[in-house]
Amino acid sequence: MSDTSKVAPATGPEGVGGGRRDFFKKVFASVIGAILGLFPVGAGLTVFLDPLRRKAGTGGPIRVTTLEALPDDGVPRKFPVVATRVDAWNKFRSQRVGAVYLRRTKGNQIEAFNVVCPHAGCPVDFLPQEGHYLCPCHNSTFTVQGKIKDAGSPAARGLDSLAVEVRNRREVWVKFQNFEAGQAKKIPVT
Amino acid sequence: MKGVELLNWLDQRTGYRRLVNEALYENVPGGARWRYVWGSTLTFALAVQFITGVFLWMAYAPSSQTAWESVYFIQDRMRGGWLLRGLHHYMAQAMTVLLVLHLMQVVIDGAYKAPREVNFWFGLVLLQLVLALSLTGYLLPWDQKGFWATKVATSLAAIVPGIGPGLQKIIIGGPEYGHHTLTRFFALHAGALPALIVILLAGHIYLFRRHGLTAKEPRRRPDAAFWPDQVLRDAVACLAVLTTVLFLIVRRRLFSLDAPLGADLGAPADPSEPYSAARPEWYFLFLFQFLKGFPGESEIWGALIIPGLLLIGMFLMPFIGRWKLGHLFNIGFLCSLLGGAGLLTYEAVAADRHNVTYLAAARAAELEAQRARVLASRPAGIPPEGAVSLLHGDPLTQGPKLFARECASCHRYDGHDGLGGIPKDPQSAPDLKGFATRDWVAGLLNPEKIIMTNYFGGTRVRDATESKMVKFVQRDVANYTPEQQEKLKKVILAVSAEAQLRSELGADQRDAALIEEGRALLQNENEMRCVECHQFRKKDTTATAPDLTGYGSRNWLISFISDPAHPNFYGKRNDRMPAYLSKEILSAQEIGLIADWLRRGWYEPAVVTGNVAKRVR
Repeated sequence: MSDTSKVAPATGPEGVGGGRRDFFKKVFASVIGAILGLFPVGAGLTVFLDPLRRKAGTGGPIRVTTLEALPDDGVPRKFPVVATRVDAWNKFRSQRVGAVYLRRTKGNQIEAFNVVCPHAGCPVDFLPQEGHYLCPCHNSTFTVQGKIKDAGSPAARGLDSLAVEVRNRREVWVKFQNFEAGQAKKIPVT
Repeated sequence: MKGVELLNWLDQRTGYRRLVNEALYENVPGGARWRYVWGSTLTFALAVQFITGVFLWMAYAPSSQTAWESVYFIQDRMRGGWLLRGLHHYMAQAMTVLLVLHLMQVVIDGAYKAPREVNFWFGLVLLQLVLALSLTGYLLPWDQKGFWATKVATSLAAIVPGIGPGLQKIIIGGPEYGHHTLTRFFALHAGALPALIVILLAGHIYLFRRHGLTAKEPRRRPDAAFWPDQVLRDAVACLAVLTTVLFLIVRRRLFSLDAPLGADLGAPADPSEPYSAARPEWYFLFLFQFLKGFPGESEIWGALIIPGLLLIGMFLMPFIGRWKLGHLFNIGFLCSLLGGAGLLTYEAVAADRHNVTYLAAARAAELEAQRARVLASRPAGIPPEGAVSLLHGDPLTQGPKLFARECASCHRYDGHDGLGGIPKDPQSAPDLKGFATRDWVAGLLNPEKIIMTNYFGGTRVRDATESKMVKFVQRDVANYTPEQQEKLKKVILAVSAEAQLRSELGADQRDAALIEEGRALLQNENEMRCVECHQFRKKDTTATAPDLTGYGSRNWLISFISDPAHPNFYGKRNDRMPAYLSKEILSAQEIGLIADWLRRGWYEPAVVTGNVAKRVR
């Protein structure tokens, strides 16, 4: 390769009387180039965005435990939530999909909280000695009723309460749902 | 002005203008020509493979329980998945063709000669790397075709002297195909090979630019810059490649509205179901055919030594080309190689076209592939143990195979062995197609039909002296008055209704009143003589013929196949049929599959159209 074999002015070579013809060639080449890129990128992005069409589980009530397993001492206890879960091509009949804290008071009131911290999604722990919930990731604290305890907590809202009902006078059913993290408002994940 | 300033700033820091100029204003000696497009089309094809490959990667799960499943999900369930996979699949094939064209152009134009020897070798290595991509990619969907074809390829590694068996274990990640075969092939396909190709391609293009384009003499026009003349030609050629690929993706749909779109997906890989239609991709067929000519231990010549020598011959082309007639020799060598490969490919295709076994296997494989995708689309999803278990538990898939193996030496199904073949032994027991349907029961009670081979004609009880049933049908039924014949029709409805066949459900509901009448007639000894020998809804220890309670139902059939000599069925008068369960000829599950298949009790997708189909997803 010799230096003279390269024609390299900054604006490109001047075609003799071919300025207009060159212009159309450039337009055509560019348009075709765009089409060539469109197909692989377009098909790829369509598949990439497919998850937007997928919906979260129904959020219907799930049997979590029995009253016998939940003494009325007002202390929160953690229970796994077992449900049918669709995961792409698989449908699992009974898989642990999350966990809840259940708490039964003397007045036979039952409260349920999703274990996931509303700040950034870590699972919170209930500390029996301190009598409150602590998120191990960013130290948010929540009272036993699920409210924000320390005003310095990074969480924007209290623990997410879930609807509970007692069926057949002993079964504890919880309407299990996950909520978007990081926001003051409780918005279900759909 | 701001924009120009920013670009100036950027150029000072990066020198991008020089790079762009070098890329766009490369000199094309003798002006732009169509024959120079092949390198660019290959670069385009490779770019498409990288883009589509990365997106496929985001949805692919390499393990023996998830590979087929994830590819099925991409193909049938993810929006645009068929197009993405189709582009990747067919562009790979287009690339093979383009490689050959590029190679031919380089050899014919003498572009391999000094000073471009090294670049020619880069090209030959790149060619092999692209073929390695094809080979590794063929296995990744983990379908029957890829599984068995790749097994042939990796078995060849075992014939390498000395290290063969160890080499094979390294390649497939253990003594058998499994998770690690996929993880290895995938890492090669999506990691190692593309990285090598990028490095070599960078070298290839660098050397190409260093030595410039090899002009085809005579030069017809003055020199010109790459942009825009040659770029436009390259772009048009790439568009032609893309159009061809898109056509291949949609070609079947053009002729039939319910034909599949995109690349094929066979049934999930199953080591217990040898696949006699296993063939490599079409561009490896010549090697496949070549191997047929090397019997026994001489295989190593066909698989390694001769292809190796031919490859070395290609690497030596730049040296051979220095001789006076060397260039002509090289062209002749390449043409005979390609011609030979073409001839072998043709032979392989022609041999298969007339091979009845292959054609039957290919057809069966296609049906099984369709069935696997239907089963995978059930609302129940694919079980965690993988889609192959769906086929194993599917009466429509397994029933005919079990029937052909264990039943068809005496019975027939619609005149064949269940799979469409004709067994060696002549038929000597009833044809069970439509067993317990109204037509089938009516045939049994027909004086002419009952002694035909499709009913009792081939059995020990073929005539009236041996069989009370034949005697009854031929003496009594044959002489029925029209009034009695009407009653018999109701009895037939009642007996068939016992089976509760899905195919007769509608008719049974419609004729519920007639069926009720038929049952009463059946039970009444003064009307019909059935209960003289048969039981029906009432225990009768003196019965000598099969119980008609639940006749043809799932439980009845399972009990019957399990032990036909049970007192509820033929008792001591059982002909030759063995007790399949207690003799351990078939498992309880297998008997259930046969029963469900005979009763046509397999999964059928609900008929969905238009918007409903969309909601089902």
